Amino acid sequence: MNAATAQPPTAEVGRIDVDPVNAAARRPSYAKRAKIFPRAVAGRYRTVKWVALAAILGLYYLLPWLRWDRGPNAADQAVLIDFPGRRFYFFFIEIWPQEVYYITGLLILAALTLFLVTSVAGRVWCGYACPQTVWTDLFMWVERCIEGDRNARIRLDRVPWTGRKLVKRAAKHAAWLLIAVGTGGAWVFYFADAPSLAADLARFDAPLVSYLFIGLLTLTTYLLAGHAREQVCTFMCPWPRIQGAMLDEHSMLVTYRWRRGEPRGSHKRGQSWAGRGDCVDCNTCVAVCPMGIDIRDGNQLECINCALCVDACNHVMDRVGRPRGLIAYDTLTGLADPSGEGRAGWRRLRLLRPRTVLYAASIGLVGAVMLATLLTRGDTATTVLRDRNPLFVQLSDGSFRNGYTVKIQNKRHEARRFRILAEGLPGAVLSTVGGDTGDIAVEPDRLRMLRVYVAAPLAATPGPVTDFEIVAADLATGERYAHATTFRRPE
Amino acid sequence: MVGSSGRPDETPTTGHEWDGITEFNNPLPRWWLWTFYATVLWAVAYWIAMPAWPLVEGYTRGLLGYSQRAVVAGQVADRDAMQARYVERIAAASLEEIAADPELLSFALAGGRSAYAVNCSQCHGSGAEGAVGYPNLNDDDWLWGGSLEAIAYTIRHGVRNESDESRYSEMPAYGRDGFLEPEQIVAVVRYVLSLSAGGDGPVAGEGADIFAEQCSICHGEDGRGSVDLGAPNLTDAIWLFGGDYESVLAQVQNSRGGVMPAWGERLPPETIKQLAIYVHALGGGT
Repeated sequence: MNAATAQPPTAEVGRIDVDPVNAAARRPSYAKRAKIFPRAVAGRYRTVKWVALAAILGLYYLLPWLRWDRGPNAADQAVLIDFPGRRFYFFFIEIWPQEVYYITGLLILAALTLFLVTSVAGRVWCGYACPQTVWTDLFMWVERCIEGDRNARIRLDRVPWTGRKLVKRAAKHAAWLLIAVGTGGAWVFYFADAPSLAADLARFDAPLVSYLFIGLLTLTTYLLAGHAREQVCTFMCPWPRIQGAMLDEHSMLVTYRWRRGEPRGSHKRGQSWAGRGDCVDCNTCVAVCPMGIDIRDGNQLECINCALCVDACNHVMDRVGRPRGLIAYDTLTGLADPSGEGRAGWRRLRLLRPRTVLYAASIGLVGAVMLATLLTRGDTATTVLRDRNPLFVQLSDGSFRNGYTVKIQNKRHEARRFRILAEGLPGAVLSTVGGDTGDIAVEPDRLRMLRVYVAAPLAATPGPVTDFEIVAADLATGERYAHATTFRRPE
Repeated sequence: MVGSSGRPDETPTTGHEWDGITEFNNPLPRWWLWTFYATVLWAVAYWIAMPAWPLVEGYTRGLLGYSQRAVVAGQVADRDAMQARYVERIAAASLEEIAADPELLSFALAGGRSAYAVNCSQCHGSGAEGAVGYPNLNDDDWLWGGSLEAIAYTIRHGVRNESDESRYSEMPAYGRDGFLEPEQIVAVVRYVLSLSAGGDGPVAGEGADIFAEQCSICHGEDGRGSVDLGAPNLTDAIWLFGGDYESVLAQVQNSRGGVMPAWGERLPPETIKQLAIYVHALGGGT
């Protein structure tokens, strides 16, 4: 952002003394981490990243505060993971613990989407949306505001500890910690009613677990975004390894167009461009890289495809009067094609490939199945579990009785009353402990478990196993919820 | 410089050589090393703070005085404290009041279930299904009465034990002690079996006469038994010692009767109440 912008074309660009500390070939094993001081940069992709950062942070911090009216017997928070109440609320969707497969489906969808996006456009997730990238970006911005840009930070790092350095460093870490506390603070609001928890937190009256999680996320945010940074992506995250299987020669990558760039070398103003590449070897792309690599070494594990080097290089190309796009989003096929150097990479993008079609079809299939089950799922259900010990009991009149555990799930937010019936077992007599099977009250948004005894006359049971249904019928609406089970007696 | 492996060539080796193979002497990652030192320090601190070393008698107790037994005792005390408000109410309430209060009923059923598993399942079975000589508690036939009060009394005082309030009944061993001739026993057994056989009803004859003379005092003239005397109903489908000819013959011949301890001497009254509620819920009646 503070790079000179008003220079005339064909200006001379100096060489920045910067070492791509994380370039694979230069990083010895077991060496101490070399600090990276990324330089500020402005441009199209930087703007996209700022917008993405604002959107993601805004979403993260504000989402728990969004209200969603669900009537009197349920939480009114749009997104809430209610562990004590065992409910997950997501806008119009409410999930009971029994329906955790929706979460599984969501995770499968997320993974497939990640695959699709990666095979089409490379590591977009890593570069723009991953929390590690977003928070590191935010922390770097704070760092730059307090300590200055690259050169100032390097100087500050080298000078001995003076009062000025102490103040700057203290301010930086304080700001980082503040953001970290905010991050942890926002996290807990997803697990409890946000306004009341906020009031409790302020009064130091919230449950211990809230403070514990705020502390934990404060610590991880501060360590991962402030200190570990690119090491998280390089050493801790599995995705850089997995992406190797997702990318192919048609995936969009942030790449250096070496055909156009080489042979590189410094360029004096007015010199001819004939017989040399467009790369002026200014190292700006290395200086802005938050990962500490040199994109000119080619696609590499450390590269998160944040495209900041694209912005930096375009800026340099403008200044030396050469066309933009020496570093650009391009495919490996595009890179290998000597004829297409001038064309924008996305024009060469092949969207329809077996891989992308397969991923898209899988997403469509999983999404359709999930949507279908979501739309057709009932808000009431009966489940029946037959007693296995004893299998049956003989009564004094010679007939037999079986015991069942009947569960009635009432997902509606209103109290309801049910009659329990045995269908397909004529003459069966039902009874339950502590209640009347003709009138079973179930609280709103609750499950009621009952022990139900079914005694059937011998005439109703032609064999040792008789299939029948236990039905819960809503007394008010007449809706019936059946569950098939069996009645057993000895041969 | 850097080799193709990405490893600087100047990495020192351990100095050993095995048939031309040398080993790099790479330093351990520092985070690993410090973690290792920390675990060593932790171990030493643990020895001092916690129970650690076995001695000839006992063990080193540690400065913190930690003991798993004490922790369990504390947890048991916590549980008792948590249950106290229910247990106190159960102690104060009558069985009918407990059965009518959904909260107390649910607590008593759960408590009774666990007390049953510990104390009763050995004879009556884990599903209360009973066995030959051990009554099935799920059915609707109760030797000593199936009301809440009757079940509670039976649990509290037991059957045929040494306590004075024990339920007590004894059937004579008609064959073993020579009260009846073998032919008479066969006749009376046939009569008893006919009581529950349905069809044309009981067969009259010698068996009926002997029954009226010998058995009806306890089992009733119609054979329906008596809850007060603990005499089984002989007209229903339920037989404690088996309902086939041999089983009934053996019972008349030798007479058997089970023994149940007086649980009131072993369990607190609240537990007896919970047990009664639980057993009654299994198949209780009158």
